[in-house]
Amino acid sequence: MYINGASAISPLPVFDAMASGISFIPGEGNRLTATEPAYNNLIDPKLIRRMSRVIRMGVATAMDALRQADVSNPDAIITGTAYGCLEDTGIFLKRLVENGEEMLTPTAFIQSTHNTVGAQVALLLKCHAYNNTYVQRAQSFERSLQDARLWLTEHPGSSVLVGAADELTDYSYGLLERFGLYRHQAGGEGAAYYLVTDTASEKSWARVDRVYTLFDPGPQELQELATTLEQEASGQIDVLLSGEEEMDYNADQYAKVSSILGGGLSVIRYKKYCGVYPTATAFATWLAAWWLKAGKVEVEGWQLLSPRRILVYQADPSGYHSFILLSAC
Amino acid sequence: MQQAVYIAGRGAISAIGKNRKENLEALKKGETGIGSIRYLSTVHAGLFPAGEVKADNEELSKIAGWTGTNSRSSLLGFIAAREALQEAGLMEGNKVRHTVSGKRLKIGLISSTTVAGMDLTENFFPAFLENRKAGKLRMVRQHEGGATTERIAQALGIRDYVNTISTACSSSANAILLGARLLKAGELDVVIAGGTDALSKFTLNGFNTLMILDQQLCQPFDQNRRGLNLGEGAGFLVLVGEKAAELLGGNYRVRVAGYANANDAHHQTASSPDGTGSFLAMKGALEMAGIAPDQVGYINLHGTGTQNNDSSESIAIERVFGNRYPAMSTTKGYTGHTLAACGGLEAIYSCFSLEQQLLFPCLRIQHPVIETPGVVVTELRTVSGLQHVLSNSFGFGGNCSSLLFSLRYSCI
Repeated sequence: MYINGASAISPLPVFDAMASGISFIPGEGNRLTATEPAYNNLIDPKLIRRMSRVIRMGVATAMDALRQADVSNPDAIITGTAYGCLEDTGIFLKRLVENGEEMLTPTAFIQSTHNTVGAQVALLLKCHAYNNTYVQRAQSFERSLQDARLWLTEHPGSSVLVGAADELTDYSYGLLERFGLYRHQAGGEGAAYYLVTDTASEKSWARVDRVYTLFDPGPQELQELATTLEQEASGQIDVLLSGEEEMDYNADQYAKVSSILGGGLSVIRYKKYCGVYPTATAFATWLAAWWLKAGKVEVEGWQLLSPRRILVYQADPSGYHSFILLSAC
Repeated sequence: MQQAVYIAGRGAISAIGKNRKENLEALKKGETGIGSIRYLSTVHAGLFPAGEVKADNEELSKIAGWTGTNSRSSLLGFIAAREALQEAGLMEGNKVRHTVSGKRLKIGLISSTTVAGMDLTENFFPAFLENRKAGKLRMVRQHEGGATTERIAQALGIRDYVNTISTACSSSANAILLGARLLKAGELDVVIAGGTDALSKFTLNGFNTLMILDQQLCQPFDQNRRGLNLGEGAGFLVLVGEKAAELLGGNYRVRVAGYANANDAHHQTASSPDGTGSFLAMKGALEMAGIAPDQVGYINLHGTGTQNNDSSESIAIERVFGNRYPAMSTTKGYTGHTLAACGGLEAIYSCFSLEQQLLFPCLRIQHPVIETPGVVVTELRTVSGLQHVLSNSFGFGGNCSSLLFSLRYSCI
């Protein structure tokens, strides 16, 4: 599966990376907010005003990925979101409580539905194609990628728009903080979409080789999968884009995976740039594809030329592990 | 890639029964499960009838054998998924049996939900709004759609593959569709696919703002329809590919012969006047199965009872079938609109129709939307030679799915 267009909005300003490059500056504070671009060139300003953040971030990255790949009407639109449209959910819930279930208006309810992002993309494109939304917590993006790959095997030669979007709101930040999620690493959010096909083209950024998931694996299970990946990559994984956080509960598991992947491996932790959120792997995948396309990994004064393979690995505190292996093409 | 997908088990819980058998009996008798709201705490209880599962959470916990704080969606989902696995002979005690005849089967759970743990979150929220440090966190632990499924998967002991779809009212049709695709691709041997949604204040009030709730018992597919009644429940199928079917030794009678999802791309909540999304979904399901429209004997309609849906759906049907309409009815008049669960429940009702050669009537019909005599089923009808049944599920965001179920052997 080849990435022919990729767009991300994240606390790290990356949306205009093609024009301005990326300055890798870790986010400050305990809540990282996405750096949103000027949307006017991508979406009708009248529509943007009505969209919540997660919807406009999702729609803008989807449109941008399509534009890059020069595709106007994809054959499938697949979206992952762990939390869904939290801002609209919060608005409707607050009014419901405060007004005692009376005098409510429909807009927030309508836009709170989990498949709103994918639906809005279809609506803007007038695209009647297959449209699905996965909400499996920290594997929502991975399940979307797996569906994209399955779709491409079923429909050779087609093009699939696949991505993920999640937002952090005042309510969700307050709640998830109480669960201890941001004790050692800032909370985050973001959106990323990709246009993928089954054949390479001159537009291709990178190839997605493998998408593996595990749930709450034992040491043996984790070791076996990491070993399989190492073998499948013929020992050529140069960089591990690691979801490890400060004082990570899963530090041992991250250590185990990086030790299996071998001595020459460089480990880069991505959550200091995008913050903690379940679909952060969609941002990390964008970063991996960006570096593979550029032919060099360059971050905070450190450089690696001609990377061949980059592995995105995340072990979420709820037990969701995922491995996305990308290679240069 | 070409292997067939069979239905090896079914589990249903809805306003018309807490298991498959009770659901079937109510359908045969034409008994609605919709009535005054008794279990959901809402100021609208006296105003809007709803199709509630006739048990409070304590009773559901007992049936499930669960303790602690659980979303009603998780409870309903587990009860239906367990029943489906029991029918398939895949339960061993309280857990899924992974080994059959010495062979380890790869088993996946694909659930779907729109409400998820909102039934708990909406009761947590008043305290939280007053004070951000207040409210018991166990009330929001199952808020996320994926967390509901995770709870069910954990109880059943499923780890190979767990996934949740949330595409509004077509969610569980899409879960069945994905399950069939994963089986055909050989990624899994067995898939439990369906959906679950509890009634919640959030959805009841949300649908009320759209002004599409009927204050009387709904009359879907009637010209004088006034709107929908909400319902709740869960419906799950156990889907197996050929390998697992052989290992389990079941003589499964119904297979998933076709499916398609298409987007209406017209409006966030309303269906297009020409029913483009529904038309493409039905057409796609027929094409995949290699079935001509006139081979379809019955359609289990989405048929919610809103002006917009029933009109758009009937126009789409006309576009697919011309004036050679198959028989059709909607079961929403029994269960209410169960949102993410309706595709799963109605897949099971479609199996009943195929196996028993019975068409369940629309309830409370006076002037059917399609006036050709006999098309809209208004009385329990015994048929013969019913081979193919189409089941429609359409949702917000223009998300339209159709599933085609076929009898494995022709019955003459």
